[in-house]
Amino acid sequence: MFDVLRALGRDLRDSLRDLTPIVVVIAVFELLVLRQPAARLAPLAGGVVLVVIGLTLFIYGLKLALFPVGENLAHALARKGSVFWLIAFAFALGFGTTVAEPALIAVAAEAGKIAAAAGIIEASPESQSRYAGGLRITVALAVGVALVLGVMRIIAGWSLPAMIIGGYGLVMAMTIIAPADIVGIAYDSGGVTTSTVTVPLVAALGVGLASSLQGRNPMLDGFGLIAFASLTPILFVMGYGMVINWT
Amino acid sequence: MDLIIESLAIVGGTALDVLPIAAFLFVFQWLVIGGRMPDRNRILAGFVLVVVGLGCFLVGLEEALFPLGRMMAEQLTDPALIGGVGAAIGEIGHIRWSDYYWVYAFAFSIGFSTALAEPAVLAVALKARDVSGGAIHPWGLRVAVALGVAVGVTLGCFRIVTGTPLPYYIMAGYAVVIVQTWFAPRLIVPLAYDSGGVTTSTVTVPLVAALGLGLAESVPGRSPLLDGFGLVAFAALFPIMSVLGYAQLSQWLGARRAAGGDGPDPPAIASEEE
Repeated sequence: MFDVLRALGRDLRDSLRDLTPIVVVIAVFELLVLRQPAARLAPLAGGVVLVVIGLTLFIYGLKLALFPVGENLAHALARKGSVFWLIAFAFALGFGTTVAEPALIAVAAEAGKIAAAAGIIEASPESQSRYAGGLRITVALAVGVALVLGVMRIIAGWSLPAMIIGGYGLVMAMTIIAPADIVGIAYDSGGVTTSTVTVPLVAALGVGLASSLQGRNPMLDGFGLIAFASLTPILFVMGYGMVINWT
Repeated sequence: MDLIIESLAIVGGTALDVLPIAAFLFVFQWLVIGGRMPDRNRILAGFVLVVVGLGCFLVGLEEALFPLGRMMAEQLTDPALIGGVGAAIGEIGHIRWSDYYWVYAFAFSIGFSTALAEPAVLAVALKARDVSGGAIHPWGLRVAVALGVAVGVTLGCFRIVTGTPLPYYIMAGYAVVIVQTWFAPRLIVPLAYDSGGVTTSTVTVPLVAALGLGLAESVPGRSPLLDGFGLVAFAALFPIMSVLGYAQLSQWLGARRAAGGDGPDPPAIASEEE
């Protein structure tokens, strides 16, 4: 029981550390630059507390359930060496973790509201949540594909810079043909996908895989999965925008 | 009371969000490793916490972080604040991009402070030290990443204020990254590419996204749909440049010291990070 409380306390401290710089910077600007009375910020305090509590419980739960099982599986699969299962696992991991990624849920919902306000989609809650849901599934598929590519790269030893630069080239080409209103959301989705849930599990997969293959340097070959996961969503979301425009 | 009902509804929704990953893990555990799941109660408790935590977080986001980002954008672009004397005599019509200096100052501070406090950046910095055999100093790298994020978010705000097309900036950024990749120490490249994705935390992303959307709503002549997005992309791209640049600078300084001050030509790339 005591251990649980101590671990929870550590996660609480981490969430507070995430939020402190934001609160400090905003407070400084509000009080010194904008000279707003502190009372104006009071209604937001409840929400900030909820963010801290929510993030703490979320991370603690992840450490309790998801991370041990996921890491265990990643190592077991990497040792087992069956390429089919590894690839299937990589895809499922990318898809599953991205669907549960809090920042993506929030930003996709916001994108739905903006698209409705601009008249791209119908201005009803249903069509907004359909748009946001479609966006999230698209990004999740993209991260799944990214991890498959990344795992294949680690197994085959392909060059990471060559693949990334090729990916950038594809992004440039698709930017030209994609509708202008999706480009901003697409570029943002690359940075949104990879945070709390995805990064630890994906890193475990990459490093576990590289250290169990002969002739692979975990430092050199284990990383780079996240880089793919930041790149493919850009391509997929631009594709999503093109599909939405046609239908 | 409304908040409680709303929270319950969101917690129900988040259970659906967590379902796929839970299902995948159980199926793989069962199919591949076989046998029972160890610590079933512990794992069940963990998933309940994940669902409740995610629900609270999303409610808090909607109640606090999104409104905060928008409010800051609105207040910092208020003609009364930026116009100063000009606003008093009724010259609000001609606001130049340079009049939004408080927006840039805020963007820079938020980017710098959140990236410096981000644990994932520390993890990357420690790995970079190991990869480079101590040539790359963790603190220096953290400051480099934080500067990268700060400059990225600031430049992103400048882009929203001026309404210039996002692809130009991103393409130019990619071009710089490609050139840097050519010259950077080989071991640092995968780490640098990864650092772009990890610098923006779960708390920072929604705030920065809301700042951009609020800015596009407040600055006259900008559309949230066309101009409001892109800040997160800037925050993810610039750390790649600053990590590559810093690694190269460290390598160059190390080489010069080793050669008694007679090193290779100074790499022009390293100074391009800002």
